[in-house]
Amino acid sequence: MLIGIVKLCFEPSMNTHGLTIPLSSSAFAKLSVGDKVLLSGSLFTARDEAHKKLVQYLKEGRDIGFSLNDSVLFYCGPSPIPAGKICGAVGPTTSARMDKWTPILLDHGLRVMLGKGERSTEVVTAIHEHKALYLTSIGGISALLSRCIVSCETFLWPELGPEAIFKLTVKDFPAYVAIV
Amino acid sequence: MAYRYLSAEEIETRLIEAIGEITYRPDPAIKPALLKAYDHETEELPRDVLASIIANIEMAPEDKTPLCQDTGTFIVLAYVGNELIITGQPLQEIVNNALIKASAKFYLRSSILSDPLYQRINTGNNAPAILHIRIVKGDSLVLHIAQKGGGAENKSRLKMFNPSATDEDIIQFAVDTVILAGAQACPPLILGIGIGGNFETCALLAKQALFVPLNQAHANPLYAELEEKILNAINKTRIGTQGMGGNCTSLAVHIAIAPCHIASLPVAINLQCHAHRHCEIVF
Repeated sequence: MLIGIVKLCFEPSMNTHGLTIPLSSSAFAKLSVGDKVLLSGSLFTARDEAHKKLVQYLKEGRDIGFSLNDSVLFYCGPSPIPAGKICGAVGPTTSARMDKWTPILLDHGLRVMLGKGERSTEVVTAIHEHKALYLTSIGGISALLSRCIVSCETFLWPELGPEAIFKLTVKDFPAYVAIV
Repeated sequence: MAYRYLSAEEIETRLIEAIGEITYRPDPAIKPALLKAYDHETEELPRDVLASIIANIEMAPEDKTPLCQDTGTFIVLAYVGNELIITGQPLQEIVNNALIKASAKFYLRSSILSDPLYQRINTGNNAPAILHIRIVKGDSLVLHIAQKGGGAENKSRLKMFNPSATDEDIIQFAVDTVILAGAQACPPLILGIGIGGNFETCALLAKQALFVPLNQAHANPLYAELEEKILNAINKTRIGTQGMGGNCTSLAVHIAIAPCHIASLPVAINLQCHAHRHCEIVF
């Protein structure tokens, strides 16, 4: 149940890596559980409803407009953008709710996920098998995270409201390596 | 009997203002508690995370960015005096209207769905609020309001114990609940624990317990001692801040009790994340 996080408790280290998205193989190779990373590049948000639709699109062979292989999927539903600002509040939601869909997305090339909390044993195994990466962010630090956002645009399915896919361009967005 | 009259407009105005306040600022006792936890934390990783949480509390009002993107379910516990007449609209409508206006004004995330299972369509304005009304003596109106995030609420639990259960069983239930919640409930947590009543009142007791001032112990020394035992047991789990290990998993445990049936011992645990956004409005 607590696999990713328990490891993280027992092997703390504060190695910090600046990471540019898409992640290179050499950047990947340097990461260990417990490391801090500062992400720069594009994150695509996806919560429960977006996951449901993503999987449906992929199964039907339809285009989603971005490469899962080169992207970071961020489990997040942002708050609306106030007038005159770049973005609203952002932050991670519970990753375990996406566990149902994660193995399918990994099969379709997904490599990096960013969310909050533990993953199921099945997902941990799938992440290892696909040589993928799961990063955890911190819940309840939206103002701090929002300061790392350079741009925010609705990318897919605006009818889903906060559950739409948003493209967030970030600079030095903090997260921690949980499963690699 | 002379009644006091209070207008819907006045309640709505004060509610909107208060929603703005809690969107950007947690309970004022949270930051000192986190700073204390930071001082006592010896491991680098949870210290790093605690530092981020504390920094965020400073940044949110400065930037006018909500403390958390999950601006929550809006909860109101209303204590209405029996000599008070609210004019204009029923309280549920006043609360909903304030919430709708505040959601637009403060750019709150729309997080409420009209149909929970089949359609799951977003209401787009966070209404309806969850309102519990209790009639009390007097002519005042007291509203306890909160923005309650989904992560911690999802991991809350209720168990109907047999009367043969002991306080040790309740401590274990609390510890198990926190371990099952892991990082998902966003620790360091505050626990509201309802003991007694029946199935539905026990859950409400747990919610009410979350509104007790952070550093206030139960008036009954037996329950105050149980609160402390539960807090210590939880902080030994080493789940830690955001599941990152260390010695701070919970900041406070509050118990609320009620009489119960001879066959029963209901216990409900309502988890609250560190973004403890609530306040009290007195009219």
